[in-house]
Amino acid sequence: MRKRNPVVIAFCLLAALLLLGAGCSPKTGAPAKGELEPYKIGAVIDISGSAASLGEPERDTLEMLVEELNAKGGIDGHPVDLVILDNKSNETEAVLAAKRLIDQDKVLAVLGCSTSGPTLAMLDTIQKANVPLISLAASAKIVEPVGERRWVFKTAQSDILVANKIARYLLEKGLKDVAFLSMNNAYGDSGRECFEKAAADMGLNIVVKEKFEATDKDMTSQIAKVKASKAQATVVWAIPPSAAIVTKNYHDMGLQIPLIHTHGIGNKAFIDLAGEAADGVILPVGKILVAEQLPDNDPQKQVLLEYIAAYGKKYNERPSTFGGHAHDGFSLAVKALAEAGPDRAKIRDALESITGYAGISGVFTLSPRDHNGLGEDSMVMVEIRDGKWQLMTQ
Amino acid sequence: MAIGKPWLCLAAAGLLFSVPLIVTNTYILGILIVVGLYAIISEGLGLLMGFAGQVSFGQAAFYGLGAYTAAVLATRYHCPPFLCVLMAPLLPTLVAVVIGRPILRLREHYLALATLGFGILTFSLFNELTGYTGGPSGLTGIPYLGIGPLVADNDREYYYIVWCVLALTLTATANLTRSPTGRAFRAIHASEQAAEAIGINTALLKLQAFGMSAFLAGLAGGLYSFWVTFVSPAPFGFTASMEFALMAVLGGLGTIWGPVLGAAIIVGLTEFLRFAVPLILPAAGGEFEIVFFGVIFVLIMLLRPQGILLPRMGRAENFRASKPQRGAKCSL
Repeated sequence: MRKRNPVVIAFCLLAALLLLGAGCSPKTGAPAKGELEPYKIGAVIDISGSAASLGEPERDTLEMLVEELNAKGGIDGHPVDLVILDNKSNETEAVLAAKRLIDQDKVLAVLGCSTSGPTLAMLDTIQKANVPLISLAASAKIVEPVGERRWVFKTAQSDILVANKIARYLLEKGLKDVAFLSMNNAYGDSGRECFEKAAADMGLNIVVKEKFEATDKDMTSQIAKVKASKAQATVVWAIPPSAAIVTKNYHDMGLQIPLIHTHGIGNKAFIDLAGEAADGVILPVGKILVAEQLPDNDPQKQVLLEYIAAYGKKYNERPSTFGGHAHDGFSLAVKALAEAGPDRAKIRDALESITGYAGISGVFTLSPRDHNGLGEDSMVMVEIRDGKWQLMTQ
Repeated sequence: MAIGKPWLCLAAAGLLFSVPLIVTNTYILGILIVVGLYAIISEGLGLLMGFAGQVSFGQAAFYGLGAYTAAVLATRYHCPPFLCVLMAPLLPTLVAVVIGRPILRLREHYLALATLGFGILTFSLFNELTGYTGGPSGLTGIPYLGIGPLVADNDREYYYIVWCVLALTLTATANLTRSPTGRAFRAIHASEQAAEAIGINTALLKLQAFGMSAFLAGLAGGLYSFWVTFVSPAPFGFTASMEFALMAVLGGLGTIWGPVLGAAIIVGLTEFLRFAVPLILPAAGGEFEIVFFGVIFVLIMLLRPQGILLPRMGRAENFRASKPQRGAKCSL
């Protein structure tokens, strides 16, 4: 044993690892008698790592939906086999996971990732392999330019929709001079760009523009500038906890002009943190928060209530908007599969021709020019009253 | 130490050359490309840690600097891709030489902390310098690697490129470690005072080793950019630095093939666990994989602290020379 050649050992190990990697695709088992061959769909989701809070409800939603679907007999008798892989919020791993789904598992379509970075990293692999991808992430870059993103779709509302929604609301209320405060990170930055554009389009004046850090504990100096200005309303582009701190400071300094937030505060954490100060805050947000209050003729009401009920029954909590993005991604994929059958190119074409599909994040009308397919009607204006989300009637 | 016996090298080269001819699965090729990239980085780190005896927990920063240099040159200045790859290591090397002068005066834990700090600082810069790096949303639109009509736009071609660069790296490292410079590196590792006493310019040599490790990391970064065609700060964080250090240590410090083996094991294990864990424990998320990974590492470190390629007792002369005098100061 004294003279073991390191090179030999190295190659044996390398070869062994490769064999392991190649040989161990998950066993799906032979289809039961009378059952048709399963349709395989893949998902690459940020289940762990920095974006786990987005990925976990997505995974739970997907598992629930695939169980429901297969219990109902799958797609025309074909059960759906869903392979969910974790990218650990890491781009290199997202690329490898996508390659694995495409080449090893031979999936018909891919869902994911939960966030923009890993999705963008996968795009090249997806496009080269000619596999339809439905992303659950926000960045508009994922589907634009549409000409170059032939195989890519997404279900989350883009920032520009939110900015337009807020700008239109302000315009309708006659509030032309606004103050804009944003977080100094990717979310706040792209929000600022979108809002500046929306404001310019609708003739609003941004009279104060301030930034704060996601970790700041006090924003009084920024709010003092708002107070000293002639602003008629304040727009804040942030997520908790800093969004809650701004709101508290705003309340304490006794500003009377309306405070408008974004969908970034659309979870319970904001109300818990901001407490009383949250009262009166206005925000545009996906309809899932106020599903029960929607008018009965709302096209999404039924699907929202069903999702909330099913998710509540299985996991004992109300689903989040992120779970909703996964719900939409899966439903769109299933719809396209039912129409096109097991053919990647036909599934893509079917996805592109989906019109008027009422999902969780909105009513999707996809087309060769629009691979997100959501309009401003996918969001509603909500006011927080007594710690509860209250749908505003416009 | 030589790169290996000639016939073994030939066999290895033959095997690696023929892999893409047999394997058409882009997943396997993708893994091999990542292994190749990481092996280039940990080879540089192995030079620094295993031969010169200096620790670095900031290697992902150099990797990132290389990736961003290539990406920015290609997307903003429309520089030809192959030139971008050649230029990718320049900035990391320059940065290493500049910061190396002050921080390489530190030893052991302090040096580890300083490199760690540098890694975190660079990571923040990638996020904050939105004008150049695109901030957290990253840079898209990076072209494929190619010269004129020759474009490597698939994994098979890319595999050859990456592994050729790795082969060059291994040859260069093997030659370097047999040269007077390599022997001086080992002398520093064994005892800095003694090395200085026999007239070795330790400050300069440590800087050289640091610069070379940054050069290789930057080169891998440039190759990475053109493979994924998208760059954002996420892959260049603290975890990546730790992984590179583990790869270098795991395979065997002070060996030529150790880092390659370490990279293969870590990437292979990550991919294996990605689907093996859900099969055993369906409810477990990625965090559990990390725990599992940790346990394997603790076991390896307990059973083979000197790495996999080196036997328990010192065997080769180079190992005796490169073995740390007061316990394994580079082991984690």
